[in-house]
Amino acid sequence: MLYRENGQFKISYADDQQILPILQDRWFMLALLAFAYLGLPALASDYTLRALILPFLILAIAAIGLNILVGYCGQISLGTAAFMAVGAYAAYNIVIRAPVLNFIVVLFLAGGVAALVGVLFGIPSLRIKGLYLAVATLAAQFFVDWMFARVKWFTDYSPSGSVSTAPIEMFGWKVESPLDKYLLVLTLAVVLTLAAKNLVRGHIGRSWMAMRDMDVAAEVIGIRPLYAKLTAFAVSSFYAGVAGALWGFVHLGAWEPLAFNINLSLNLLFMIIIGGMGSLLGAYFGAAFIVLLPILLNQIPGWFGIPIDVALASHLELIIFGSLIVFFLIVEPHGLARLWAIGKEKLRLWPFPH
Amino acid sequence: MAAMFAMKARAGALAVAAIAAAASLALPSAAVAQQKGAAVGKGEQFFPVLVYRTGAYGPNGTPWANGYVDYLKLVNAQGGINGVKITFEECETGYATDRSVECYERLKSRPNATVFQPLSTGATFAITDKAPTDKIPLITAGYGRSESVEGEVFPWNFPLLGTYWTAADVLVQHLGKLNGGVDKLKGKKIALIYHDSPYGKEPIPLLTERSKLHGFQFTTIPVTHPGVEQKAAWLQIRQLRPDYVILWGWGVMNSTAIREAVATGFPRDRMFGGWWSGAEPDVTPVGADAKGYNAMAFQHGAGRAKVHEDILKLVHSKGQGTGPADEVGSVLYTRGLISAVLAVEGVRQAQLRYGVRPLTGEEVRYGLENLNIDAKRIDALGLTGVIRPLATNCRDHEGSRFARVQTWDGAKWGFSSDWYEADSQIIKPMIRDAADRYTSEKKLTRRSCEAEMAAATKAAPAAAPAKAPAAKK
Repeated sequence: MLYRENGQFKISYADDQQILPILQDRWFMLALLAFAYLGLPALASDYTLRALILPFLILAIAAIGLNILVGYCGQISLGTAAFMAVGAYAAYNIVIRAPVLNFIVVLFLAGGVAALVGVLFGIPSLRIKGLYLAVATLAAQFFVDWMFARVKWFTDYSPSGSVSTAPIEMFGWKVESPLDKYLLVLTLAVVLTLAAKNLVRGHIGRSWMAMRDMDVAAEVIGIRPLYAKLTAFAVSSFYAGVAGALWGFVHLGAWEPLAFNINLSLNLLFMIIIGGMGSLLGAYFGAAFIVLLPILLNQIPGWFGIPIDVALASHLELIIFGSLIVFFLIVEPHGLARLWAIGKEKLRLWPFPH
Repeated sequence: MAAMFAMKARAGALAVAAIAAAASLALPSAAVAQQKGAAVGKGEQFFPVLVYRTGAYGPNGTPWANGYVDYLKLVNAQGGINGVKITFEECETGYATDRSVECYERLKSRPNATVFQPLSTGATFAITDKAPTDKIPLITAGYGRSESVEGEVFPWNFPLLGTYWTAADVLVQHLGKLNGGVDKLKGKKIALIYHDSPYGKEPIPLLTERSKLHGFQFTTIPVTHPGVEQKAAWLQIRQLRPDYVILWGWGVMNSTAIREAVATGFPRDRMFGGWWSGAEPDVTPVGADAKGYNAMAFQHGAGRAKVHEDILKLVHSKGQGTGPADEVGSVLYTRGLISAVLAVEGVRQAQLRYGVRPLTGEEVRYGLENLNIDAKRIDALGLTGVIRPLATNCRDHEGSRFARVQTWDGAKWGFSSDWYEADSQIIKPMIRDAADRYTSEKKLTRRSCEAEMAAATKAAPAAAPAKAPAAKK
């Protein structure tokens, strides 16, 4: 009833090519952004911003990166955490070696370094496909783990192998309080999501999707696999690199190679599988599912004052979390984003479905 | 166990209220405390407890957590800290840094959050950066950043009882003594098998320094988390044939290493664990074959002292015990207990200055920095023979650099050496360098202990307990 595009005529190409063609969607997006920028800072506690929303947003950026590679270009990768690590250590090295640079510049340089490494590890994708490629990207994961644990130059010869960062400062703004950090990450997430959206619906995104759907056919119609696959790796790793730098600098503050181990790679892959492959919204849904749900599950007994042992609570957390993953995959194998789309379809017909 | 454990706040508080009411006649300060507590309006002294009872490190994390929590319950059963009741809440981290950070954020904003003890070096690194902003001290008894001994640079960190460098230094001294003098170590081969994480890498700089000094050949062999796969490491040991193996593991890595030593035929009596590689869960899975294995022990070992009897009497026999009763007195249980003792003593010390009332983390920091647990106090705590006297000050946040070596005889841990004191000549400059590095990395300035002490002595007459002018900045 309310959610319907009746009467919204598109009279120019610009109207037709909008990201959100339906007026109600645009209003919804504006309301969401207003809530994110004004509502949440006013309502949410420091704990919510710092310990829940912040990691959620950062991992959502990484998941968008992975989704570009896996969901849009069809190249399975198990090395996202490795590219995040490259971004984090690149940012660390840039900051200590060129402290004058603005943090935003550092972030983009770190993303650039990660993109280069991504391209390097993407080269095998030109020859191998599917699960075999996944194994090749696994090599990236182990190599990068090894490199940052062993090559001391990257950690500035820190005796323990752990690096820690100075507080971020840019344009005289000291990013220290949870709110500052949240606003910084939120802005980056918005900008990067918008950029990703425009990439995937543009020429380059179409060539990725063509590669995903059938690489031989794509080649026949004139898409260069080398270019399409490697740009997907580059863009994906860029996002992962930026997310990694944020994870290190904004979220953890001090980290060790273990912070970017294979578990994180797998978690990111789960995020896009549960959230929805080939959907930017899905990256957010998946990140929320994987990051927020376990923490919420862990706290539910406490909210109701149920006396429960913490060990039992964390076992329950794992059990329920695992069952929910299975449940959602059975109910909707295309992910939460697909559920959202179905919901929207239904809403259009409501209250008089055929 | 589960039910009792989380009923802490209510049942504990009730019991304490009853006891405190009964005892208030005998303890005038308790009555004062209640009034002051009411006046401040913030209630109790809150202890956030980061634990890991699950995951690969759960077998070692659980007894520690039980000891920690049992001692807090004991203090409550005895009437609180001079009458100020303790509340606490556990948060499960699974030894993961990101979950530790989440737990820290969850618990730090509670009123009167006293002190954090993350029991994880990775988490310590992450939380160290947050402590100055949140103004909650961090006790890392026997772990954490070695350079955080330097109170001028790390005002909020308290690596009480010893650091990895202290432990490694004492181990080398012990090996020297076994050979009839550290100079006899020349040409010997010593291999370090370590957990490939900041925790495991911490002792390397000191051991490298010592190897240069004494001319022994030092090899490092990393083992990746969680440490169940060590075949490659022990193959290296077989090729290298070292005279001694130093084990720097945690959790399941320790028992795996001892099992591999058995398989490789490396004599257990030439294996020396760090402080975190010498507890019952490390050796019991291997059984009798672990006999002769040695480990470092800062202060305490296994066995029951008066405080354990008190816990059995006042906590366990009331059905309030956190874990099984036979665990009381095991190595890691006692370690958790002593960690809690140090935190509580810090509060007590701070109460001397700020008055008997629930204190903020910032006020407790003062107490931890001015700890003075002498022999008399140790007797009163029921820890006779378990720990040595320790005292901290603005410069030195470690308090004590003494350690012993303990040996597993197949059934229990027993001390096999005298006390050693770590060599400040070697450690001090290293700490200084590392701390300087940290200040430049973080763009910090050292605080000056001299200036602070001068100010403190000047302000001392004016520092009437409840006013606490210096703390409110």
